[in-house]
Amino acid sequence: MRYLPLTESDRQDMLSAIGAGKIEDLFRDVPEEARLINKIELPDHKSELEVEEIISNLSEKNIDTSGVPSFLGAGAYRHHIPAAVDHLIQRGEFLTSYTPYQPEISQGTLQALFEFQTQVSMITGMEVANASMYDGATACAEAVLMATRITRRDKVILSGGLHPHYKDVTETQTRYLNLNIINRKTDIDGSENLDLLIDDQTACVVVQNPNFLGHLKDLTHLSDLCNNLDVLLIVVVTEVVSLGGIISPGEMGADIVVGEGQSLGNPLTFGGPYVGLFATHEKYVRQMPGRLCGQTVDNQGSRGWVLTLSTREQHIRREKATSNICTNSGLCALSFTIHLALLGEIGFRKLAELNHSKALQLAEKLSELKGLRIINKTYFNEFSVKLPRPASDLVTSLAKKSILAGVPLSRLISDDPELNNVLLVSATECTTEQDMDALVEALDEEF
Amino acid sequence: MGHSKDLATNNITRNNFSEKTSTLGHKALRLEEDLIFELDSPGITGVDFPNFRSKKDKLGTLKRRTKIGLPGLSEPEVIRHFTRLSQKNYAIDTGIYPLGSCTMKHNPRLNEKLARLKGFSNLHPLQPIETVQGALELIDETANWLKKLTGMPAIAMSPAAGAHGELCGMMAIRSALDARDGPDSYRRRVLVPESAHGTNPATAVVCGFKVDSIPANSSGRVDVLSFKEKLGDDVAAVMLTNPNTCGLFESDILEISRLIHECGGFFYCDGANFNAIVGRVRPGDLGVDCMHINLHKTFSTPHGGGGPGAGPVVFSEALASFVPRPWVVSRENGFSIIENDEDKGDLSPIGRMKAFHGQMGMFIRTYAYLLSHGGDGLFQASGDAVLNANYIMAELCDYLSPSYDGPCMHECLFDDRFLDGTGLTTLDFSKAMIDEGYHPMTMYFPLIVHGAMLIEPTETESKKSLDDFITVMRQLAIDAKSGENNRFLRAPEFTPRRRLDETKAARQPVLRWKEKGNAQIKASQQ
Repeated sequence: MRYLPLTESDRQDMLSAIGAGKIEDLFRDVPEEARLINKIELPDHKSELEVEEIISNLSEKNIDTSGVPSFLGAGAYRHHIPAAVDHLIQRGEFLTSYTPYQPEISQGTLQALFEFQTQVSMITGMEVANASMYDGATACAEAVLMATRITRRDKVILSGGLHPHYKDVTETQTRYLNLNIINRKTDIDGSENLDLLIDDQTACVVVQNPNFLGHLKDLTHLSDLCNNLDVLLIVVVTEVVSLGGIISPGEMGADIVVGEGQSLGNPLTFGGPYVGLFATHEKYVRQMPGRLCGQTVDNQGSRGWVLTLSTREQHIRREKATSNICTNSGLCALSFTIHLALLGEIGFRKLAELNHSKALQLAEKLSELKGLRIINKTYFNEFSVKLPRPASDLVTSLAKKSILAGVPLSRLISDDPELNNVLLVSATECTTEQDMDALVEALDEEF
Repeated sequence: MGHSKDLATNNITRNNFSEKTSTLGHKALRLEEDLIFELDSPGITGVDFPNFRSKKDKLGTLKRRTKIGLPGLSEPEVIRHFTRLSQKNYAIDTGIYPLGSCTMKHNPRLNEKLARLKGFSNLHPLQPIETVQGALELIDETANWLKKLTGMPAIAMSPAAGAHGELCGMMAIRSALDARDGPDSYRRRVLVPESAHGTNPATAVVCGFKVDSIPANSSGRVDVLSFKEKLGDDVAAVMLTNPNTCGLFESDILEISRLIHECGGFFYCDGANFNAIVGRVRPGDLGVDCMHINLHKTFSTPHGGGGPGAGPVVFSEALASFVPRPWVVSRENGFSIIENDEDKGDLSPIGRMKAFHGQMGMFIRTYAYLLSHGGDGLFQASGDAVLNANYIMAELCDYLSPSYDGPCMHECLFDDRFLDGTGLTTLDFSKAMIDEGYHPMTMYFPLIVHGAMLIEPTETESKKSLDDFITVMRQLAIDAKSGENNRFLRAPEFTPRRRLDETKAARQPVLRWKEKGNAQIKASQQ
């Protein structure tokens, strides 16, 4: 039991200091009928060597994206993470510290959060950002709640271009709050007639850019329409690397920007933990959910940082809090910040350019295939293709050849047969030309 | 757990007593460090890319043409920057971190290594099921351990943190009530003890409930008489932390559980303190209907400066059919995962709590922790956690003022009566602990005692570590009572920053760096 420092004689000494005979005596407030008489049937403790063997064996039962051609995206992307990132986040002072409630001995975490908030504000084109959320989908749900608080309206319009999981989470989290959630089948980009949709009861419109199918939309017109009716425009970004290459949601007039920050600094790890981004206008800061780090001075006049505006939060406001959130995604936010600090202006923009260029190359190669059609006119590093057969069948079949061909839309949208033949594919800086050729060749054999 | 609003009354006194200064403000190993934005060398980057040729873009009209404003730093500068920042943090790796209710225990490094195996870290959540069998098996195994340890038949693995688990559990209760009594059910009142975590009332409200608080009795537990009086046919549930936030086992728990069920309500248990009873008491045997488990507390996944956490929720038979998507199923031909309503069968999932399948990285660490400890180790760990807390309680009870009679469970609660007449507060006492090299305990929580000091040592502290801590706490208590107020009011003095002005931070929020204005207030200014 290598994690337990007490010796048997320590235990005896401590028990006599307490005045108890044995540890079980300390549990005397537990009603007798609730105490377990027999130990729960579980295996005994194991050595580090044995545990490593068991869990390594499980990991080897998986086929992971680093060993085979992979084109999976749909809200989670494989990117190269510089070695410095993982080295730094494993420093015990970051890894094993708590929420920075005692600022004098947490300035490291706090300053990093302040840098995170600044970076998120910059790339989203917004004035302020919080210290992170659980993930992009929960950030989206919280943004909707915030919009209903600000506008005191209850109608919420979700664009058809929003990631299905984000819709699902938003609907789940708001289902008992008497909101009127309108789930649009089609994408909203401002070019359609929105008069019938948006009214004086509408709190917000939620759109995604690039949208779930990879299309890029100029949201300026939509933002004007929303603005005229005091409706808040919430823009979701699931591939944060895109912000290095395209005009930010803030520049297009978004009121709240939420996103999934996984692409910077955080490995795929089968879906989590990730890091939700949340940015908005300064005037809404007191309606924001989640932790915020703010700059101040100490009693010597030196600049320092503290958690601030906590009167919004549950530990102070209890049932009147803006959200029930306590934990954020601290260490994932730190990975994000370190990766983006390494990239800098030049690196971040180049990373975006490289991603786009890989996607262009993939599209070029795929377009040579007969029977396959690229649906997108615009895209960043991900686009959708129409196949001659159900996409899920092809994906299963290619997996047998050790190619992870992409995400069949039917995996996420199970109630729309029209999408059965649509496959979502992405390319990042990790995608090689050999990977692309392998995909094209395997698809060719299938058609 | 954190502090309460009393903190705003920080004693900010400008203290200009002379201290030796250095040219740039550094103090030996305490190094000043600017923000990355102030270290900007335009044109520099810490990441090189392979050469590639740009093609005609498909970005439509959206190609970015404006500057983002991100600073340029090389790799050595980034490494030095964040290494310096790290050195300004207290951590469990550097010392005892006695935050009550937060459970800061040792984070085994094996768990970090295993979470980074490429077979997990490079696994995409939407890969074909056949290619992720090992991952699903690990989720299923972890789920089985958690169900066994809690004695509960069903589990939702996806919630991302404790409060997120609360949300999941309370939504399941709401769904169960609506299914049973119809959507117009007027069971909308949720009973929450005054000593509860702030997340409990906040969560109840998000699920459309009203909060009604129940008082504690003189022994720090739910007052069963008041509880009985609050019961009625509009009561949806009781949310109870057990062991509670005073570090005490709710000795009337079986009675409370019987009463709430008789009245037609559900029993939500806040599992933040499950670490005290693992392997010794099963929440299922207490009549609990659902309980979240903070994997980052009880099962030692690292807190990482405030997350990520993970908050799986276990459910009783009565709530099992409301477990949110997705869930893993074990079939003869392997594991699969139920992600969409089309595949839910007879069940009525409340929906989906987050994108994809939950905090996989935390499941791997948890599973490694469970296997390492085994059933025997977990039993010993909860015993040692309770022993350590009682030892501190016994050794400090003549110096500080314990709020309730023992024995306590995994944490011991003191209040500020021992500071009566000294002019000092719990905050002052805590700040003096910092100068002694200790992270303070949880302050001003729970709210039901004045100036609360909630100490949770955890099982991973040695007796030597506890004895040193006890020595310091006794000395501070003696000093406080003997009028040595300056050492408290000036504290902390040895930290990278002294007491920070939280009022200023809240009144004039500066939440990001900006090119102008901020530049003048350099970190090195003293």
